[in-house]
Amino acid sequence: MRKYSVFAVVREAMRGHKGWEAQWASPEPRKEYDAIIIGGGGHGLGAAYYLAKEHGITNVAVLEKGWIGGGNTGRNTTIIRSNYLYEESMHIYEHSLKLWENLSQDLNYNVMYSPRGVMMLSHNVHDQQSFKRHINANRLYGIDNEWLTPEQAKAYCPPLDISKTARYPINGAALQRRGGTARHDAVAWGYARAASDRGVHIIQNCEVTAIRRGPDGRVVGVETSKGFIGAKKIGVSAAGHTSVVMQTADVRVPLQSQPLQALVSEPLKPIFPCVVMSNSVHAYISQSDKGEFVIGAGTDQYNSYSQTGGMQIITHTLDAICELFPMFRRVKMMRQWGGIVDVTVDRSPIQGITPVPGLFINAGWGTGGFKATPGSAHLFAHLIAKGEPHKFAAGLTLDRFRTGRLIDEAAAAAVAH
Amino acid sequence: MSGANRISGWGRLTPAKTARFTFDGKSYTALEGDTVASALLANGVHLLGRSFKYHRPRGILTAGPEEPNALLDVSRDAARRQPNVRATVQEVFDGMVTSSQNRWPSLALDIGAVNDLMSPFFAAGFYYKTFMWPKKAWEKVYEPFIRKAAGLGEAPKEEDPDHYAGRYAHTDVLVVGAGVAGLSAALAAAKSGAKVMLVDEQPEVGGALHYDTGVKINGKDGFTWAQETAAELKAMDNVTVLSRTTAFGYYNHNMIALCERVTDHKAKPGKNEPRERLWQVRAKRVILATGQIERHMVFENNDRPGVMLASAGRTFLNHFGVAVGQKVGIYTAHDSAYEAAFDLKRAGISVPAIVDSREKPGEAVLAQARAMGIEVLTGHAVLTVGGKLRVNSMTVGRHAGSATRKIAIDALLVSAGWTPSVHLFSQSRGKLRWDAETQRFLPGTYAQDSLSVGACNGTDDLQATIEEALAAGELMAKAAGAEGNGKIEITGEAPFSWTGGMIGAAEGAGPDTTVKAFIDFQHDVCAKDIRLAVREGMQSIEHIKRFTTNGMASDQGKLSNMHGLAIAAEMLGKDIPQVGLTTFRQPYTPVTFGTIINHSRGDLFDPARKTPIHPWAVAKGAEFEDVGNWKRAWYYAKPGEDMHAAVARECKTVRDVAGIFDASTLGKIEVVGPDAAKFLNLMYTNAWDTLKPGKCRYGIMTREDGFIYDDGVVGRMAEDRFHVTTTTGGAPRVLQHMEDYLQTEFPDLKVWLTSTTEQWAVIAVQGPKAREIIAPLVEGIDISNEAFPHMSVAEGKICGVPTRLFRMSFTGELGFEINVPADYGQAVWEAVWARAEPMGACPYGTETMHVLRAEKGYIIVGQDTDGTVTPDDASLNWAVSKKKPDFVGIRGLKRPDLVAPGRKQLVGLLTKDPNGVLEEGAQVVADPNEPKPMTMLGHVTSSYWSSNCGRSIAMALIADGKNRNGKTLYVPMADRTIAVEVVTDMVFFDKEGGRLNV
Ligand SMILES: Cc1cc2nc3c(=O)[nH]c(=O)nc-3n(C[C@H](O)[C@H](O)[C@H](O)COP(=O)(O)OP(=O)(O)OC[C@H]3O[C@@H](n4cnc5c(N)ncnc54)[C@H](O)[C@@H]3O)c2cc1C
Repeated sequence: MRKYSVFAVVREAMRGHKGWEAQWASPEPRKEYDAIIIGGGGHGLGAAYYLAKEHGITNVAVLEKGWIGGGNTGRNTTIIRSNYLYEESMHIYEHSLKLWENLSQDLNYNVMYSPRGVMMLSHNVHDQQSFKRHINANRLYGIDNEWLTPEQAKAYCPPLDISKTARYPINGAALQRRGGTARHDAVAWGYARAASDRGVHIIQNCEVTAIRRGPDGRVVGVETSKGFIGAKKIGVSAAGHTSVVMQTADVRVPLQSQPLQALVSEPLKPIFPCVVMSNSVHAYISQSDKGEFVIGAGTDQYNSYSQTGGMQIITHTLDAICELFPMFRRVKMMRQWGGIVDVTVDRSPIQGITPVPGLFINAGWGTGGFKATPGSAHLFAHLIAKGEPHKFAAGLTLDRFRTGRLIDEAAAAAVAH
Repeated sequence: MSGANRISGWGRLTPAKTARFTFDGKSYTALEGDTVASALLANGVHLLGRSFKYHRPRGILTAGPEEPNALLDVSRDAARRQPNVRATVQEVFDGMVTSSQNRWPSLALDIGAVNDLMSPFFAAGFYYKTFMWPKKAWEKVYEPFIRKAAGLGEAPKEEDPDHYAGRYAHTDVLVVGAGVAGLSAALAAAKSGAKVMLVDEQPEVGGALHYDTGVKINGKDGFTWAQETAAELKAMDNVTVLSRTTAFGYYNHNMIALCERVTDHKAKPGKNEPRERLWQVRAKRVILATGQIERHMVFENNDRPGVMLASAGRTFLNHFGVAVGQKVGIYTAHDSAYEAAFDLKRAGISVPAIVDSREKPGEAVLAQARAMGIEVLTGHAVLTVGGKLRVNSMTVGRHAGSATRKIAIDALLVSAGWTPSVHLFSQSRGKLRWDAETQRFLPGTYAQDSLSVGACNGTDDLQATIEEALAAGELMAKAAGAEGNGKIEITGEAPFSWTGGMIGAAEGAGPDTTVKAFIDFQHDVCAKDIRLAVREGMQSIEHIKRFTTNGMASDQGKLSNMHGLAIAAEMLGKDIPQVGLTTFRQPYTPVTFGTIINHSRGDLFDPARKTPIHPWAVAKGAEFEDVGNWKRAWYYAKPGEDMHAAVARECKTVRDVAGIFDASTLGKIEVVGPDAAKFLNLMYTNAWDTLKPGKCRYGIMTREDGFIYDDGVVGRMAEDRFHVTTTTGGAPRVLQHMEDYLQTEFPDLKVWLTSTTEQWAVIAVQGPKAREIIAPLVEGIDISNEAFPHMSVAEGKICGVPTRLFRMSFTGELGFEINVPADYGQAVWEAVWARAEPMGACPYGTETMHVLRAEKGYIIVGQDTDGTVTPDDASLNWAVSKKKPDFVGIRGLKRPDLVAPGRKQLVGLLTKDPNGVLEEGAQVVADPNEPKPMTMLGHVTSSYWSSNCGRSIAMALIADGKNRNGKTLYVPMADRTIAVEVVTDMVFFDKEGGRLNV
């Protein structure tokens, strides 16, 4: 792999950028791999990278039915934070945040992790109690998260309306300064490039239609649109389509697939310095480096695999945004879209072994798994390599839905991004 | 004169009607009906803006909504300022102020233009490869720099004073686009008797007839026919015609969203007129007649001001009477641009040459050009153009490296052919098909009840378009149920039938990797950038788009997508359909947030709910808190009191005398029917068949997972009638939950559910004097302790109005809850207060209610529980029936983890220092010296200063809490660590409960 650097950019600028090589190879699939990962999102590509880098397993393929990063990785609003409530969540999201902090250097790819701060607005006593609970838990874990008065919140984010007469007056906010955003495409491409460099095969336009099991029940490979491909181990990281894929191995998973929508405004000069979320009014907003306001909604309340959602959801989200920021009513929506997210009842992810030997699952990241990409991928690689979960992921098992040992982040936050 | 370039006798505007406006501080005159673009061109202004990345000077490229360059800041006054307005769409009104964007210090001299010189370093995707060292510099240096440079206009900074409207409509047939096709289709559908809506984004109907002046329909000038047809349609009762209305989104089930611009073109909007109106139209059938958009030619410096689409040049001339130049060159790959040359020539403007990249143009146009004495250079290309702020020459040759000729021009009209507008079709989830012969994507498989007609369907011939549209109008009207006869005949003649077209880079784009031949103007994406993306391994068009940002600007690639695709396909050695097309997303053109939300603002966004007693509380100076949508009286501070003092006083007064409390916000559901008790048995953990009429009981509701979902007191009014109360916040979801089960799991039960939350006002009277206060007011109920003990309910009268009177308590005191019809709420409250006040009682708010209930160890669902707490965790196992065979949650409660030891359980906490009040949400640990991450046992759910106990009290969810009675635990705060003692008995006041039963 030719390293990216300032010098490389200058060198190429001098010769019309003719010397750049393909960021990742596009080989034909082999007959068999040591491990196959289904789903070329950030999680799947990242897992392949860490398998190669940390576990020396390089005979790996990532099978992607469309184009890499084309699922939720390339559709999300890129909010990154780790100030979750429960220990199981803090383990994984903080592990992830630490990896974000060095990811550009690790991958030699600028993923534009931008810790501009994620601020959650508190509108009432109940919010305040809940945020304080998070802040205290985070502090004892070692995660930054602080309480701001309305005035401090406004100083951090000047467009905020903190007047007492607002429909949802702001009585404070929780701020994680290390929270922020990153460039979603760069995450997929950066992992793909680094994985490909270590020998991983990235195979696009390759849909897995069935997981095949041998007489002993173990996985033996997958049927795909490019034919059968053998594998001793299979990791499923297919986000909104996880249940469909798992069903072919006779495993039913407790996931609901629902549309989640987002939109961007026309590009405007910078005015909005951080990420602001409000659970009470169901909306969140940031401004991208291109100048677009990036605005996210709650899920559509029905199950669907169509990547368009209902207009009423977008409408409600904009209602909320304009209520919080009345000055944005003249701003224009430029583009709206949706993704299919896989939601668990406790709004926490599933990562672990399955009843099928050799088959591993990473799913249920729902509306908030972009932030977890490096951490989840890192731990998923561990799981696939060792056959058992890393201690940070030990609580995320599929089994918890049977035992009732839920990690109910939903109880604390209505919008879990 | 409204500009030196206005040609008298040309165009359709009335010279007598003028309007003044300014651009970058300079004043100009326009004609009524001008767009900002046509008015500026009439005044010889071609330089309107700067591009996003390279800050290249930019002019007007189009005459319509596809415009990528000419984006202005337009304002009526300081608060009514709109960035990024397309000058080609915005109509001029008198007094309008416009200015250019993204330039400093001025449009002509823009410092940012150094980016153009630096552009070799700013190749597509360069930022992924650098800015990584030193690590912190991304966040501190590079990113702020990039952010500053990005963005076009300035965001509004004041609250928008305009208002917006919203309407829902149902129609049989919705026709989008009022060109020849749309008008014909609408006419046929309307004559068939269907209810028709016809919408068009332009001020006037006619579509391409705005510029295509050679066309005759029914023997008349096409544009005139269009206006007459629109008038005919408007006169029909079953037709609605909306102009300045863009269909911007095609959603599921034939729901189309329209944005109608009502006042943005008016100098003095009517007082009650909304600025824009959102229409959400549910159409039985949809006809898409959205036409086509011309493509530009891709060659070096094709972005210079003065380079313009041929159709735009014709529009400015034929509709607005404006000459875009005096020496206008033409560069085309399609016959249609020849007609621009003919029109210009007829208007007396010089056309130095038509440069045609094809060897063989259409014979008819070629012959006409020759006949008019226009030089045609076939098989030639414009290799580059000269001039920076305005084009001044074109360099023409057969191909790069061949002999060239430089021709002086002051405008260049270009055409690479036409792209059908399939945006809405694609949004409807229809599948496009590639038509190899004409090299374009056309509607293939429909996903919804719609049809495309005319140019957007790839139909080129005028008569064929008319016939297709008429047939579609009739067919769709019939399909929607209309029964009339919609047969009509319309004949159209066009002077030429057009051929030609090319997609991708022309000769002048070079194979060179440094040539700037623009595809996406606004985002400064050039042919070379697409090639670079492919070299870097991007094979999917979605990757290429994201890597180069082609098609992601505010015009959403209306001009650029096909060019980008063709260049990528060529590089990849694949056919265009193999490379694929990116998805078309809503909205078609950007839509104001204000329009989308329209009336949904302030109280209409989310009405604040207020109880009948609210005005009284306001008058008494209560502070309020938001609970769900409700405004609840929080505490009643007397002059000089802070919250702490007020609450301490209220708490004491209630226990010493009495207090009255507005409990109207509690959710109330009337559960009625022969199976009502059976149903409640299934929905709550308690047993209800044992509850006698006239009695009430505290109930707990779990979901199937076994965790506490809601609680409340339920009174049995009769064998078949229960008065159920829920938490304030839980009312809607509990009703929904009950309905859900009733309809899906227990449909055989005869039960009816009615929300009565707002029908009853509820006045709680609590305290030793409660009975004395209400006794004289109550009729027909013996409220003595013997006749009406704790947990009774009865119907009777109070103050002469019907009441459901509950004997119950959430304070631990003798208490009554008086339910009266909401309309009497305030009057009864005042009557009660008139008796209470002289006795020394007080009104109290939610904070005092919280403290009093905590003194008694009563939980608040949602505060002391959070969706992970079982009844047993909350020491409420007594409320879970052991005898019932079934209830929602019975299986969930048996899951291994829910019965495992060591669960988090609700206990009391007493701080070692009785004066210290814990923070709600504080975490509790066993070992305060453990390094981080510390092991957290649980958290404080409720914590108060209790004036009645003379100390602080708290409740907490603590792992294995029930086995820690008397143990010391710690609450580490940021600045200190607080020692606490666990008490499993959470009743801090009146442990025996004697005060309840007096
Ligand atoms: C609108 C929206 C906003 C969001 N906002 C945020 C946010 O602000 N912060 C945050 O942290 N998270 C957010 N999320 C969630 C986040 O995007 C996801 O949790 C995360 O990207 C999941 O990554 P992934 O790699 O698991 O999934 P994906 O990126 O979806 O990857 C799964 C891949 O599997 C492929 N696949 C599926 N089936 C098959 C098959 N049979 N064969 C082969 N391949 C298959 C898919 O094509 C897809 O590429 C948001 C999501 C959406 C939709």
